Amino acid sequence: MNTRDEADTPERPASCRALFLAFTALALQGFGGVLAVVQRELVERRRWLTPAQFLEDWAVAQVMPGPNVVNLSMMIGGRHFGWRGALAALAGMLCAPLVVLLVLAALFAQVADHPLAQGALRGMGAVSAGLILATGAKLMAALAHNPMGRTACAALAVAAWVSVGLLRWPLIVVLPALGAVGWGWAWWRLRPGQESAA
Amino acid sequence: MSGITAMDPSLAAWGALFGQCLLLSLLAVGGAITVAPDLHRYLVVQHAWIGDSQFNASIALSQAAPGPNVLFVALLGLQVGLNAGGGSGLYAWSLGLLGVAVTLTAILIPSSLLTYTATRWAHQHRQRRAVRAFKAGLAPIVLALLIATGWLLIAVHDDPARDAGLWLLTAATALVVWRTKLHLLWLIGAGAVSGAAGWV
Repeated sequence: MNTRDEADTPERPASCRALFLAFTALALQGFGGVLAVVQRELVERRRWLTPAQFLEDWAVAQVMPGPNVVNLSMMIGGRHFGWRGALAALAGMLCAPLVVLLVLAALFAQVADHPLAQGALRGMGAVSAGLILATGAKLMAALAHNPMGRTACAALAVAAWVSVGLLRWPLIVVLPALGAVGWGWAWWRLRPGQESAA
Repeated sequence: MSGITAMDPSLAAWGALFGQCLLLSLLAVGGAITVAPDLHRYLVVQHAWIGDSQFNASIALSQAAPGPNVLFVALLGLQVGLNAGGGSGLYAWSLGLLGVAVTLTAILIPSSLLTYTATRWAHQHRQRRAVRAFKAGLAPIVLALLIATGWLLIAVHDDPARDAGLWLLTAATALVVWRTKLHLLWLIGAGAVSGAAGWV
């Protein structure tokens, strides 16, 4: 189903403190971007979101201005504990990684040109690319219940991948254009009396 | 350090930096990294507060470190402050930390307020057809963008003779993450070790 309530979520955070600690823990594991870890921690381990909910929230976080994972953390925190939850999740996402990054920046000048450091950066970059690809592969299953149907989903996904991944068109053009098509088609498919057809 | 005219750490200059980041916050659709080209134009080309190598190092470092990518903006603020304070020493680091605070709060406040308000509204009206259609219609697109991001990270390494091992590492990582529950930090560690050892 596409309807969603708190009751659909298998588990939920116990407190703002739990939110802060959970987001601190996952932010500190997120090398080269946090999204793969968010999916692993919040969907698979803590089960605060179902895969379909995660994909929907991610879609909203992506179209809003601002850093995506920061938006996502605020949405999840805000849903459970209002603005205090949003701030707790936001602080968890940023505070500890900022301290780590400033320490790294202070140390960086001494090792920047060392071949070992360069090589390690190169290897970690390849791994983070793999993490992101696997996250995408896992979330594909969540599209099975999308009201647009599989063909339309596949067509939109291929169009988005080709225009951004191969043609390198700017996101500011691709996202509104394809988003309008998807929104319109889903709106048509969700018209009253048609929902079971999906 | 050639070609840099360090910022005069006046209220007007900090205010201008703060205002520029406030503005960019609302333009950062699709992720924080999308404002990098404009920050480069503002900090390196227009004001020359930091140099090209400092700009690139800030991006690379924040990509390699844990945490959200948006923190590269804080590192740029740090560099602006460090340069303004003479590069090193207590005074330079105080200005650097001020730069972190100025840039990070400015890049976060407008987008966070907007996102919080808009998503609260959407959640309260989540049964509406327009809201449900919006989320469902965008789901396959953002999924494809995710895969495109992974693709772009590895596609910059485009010399088969030199980079075949790197591609193999990416493919193996993707397979392991997809099919197993192995902790992601093990994979990051394996990537760092195999890179440092020169295997990829």
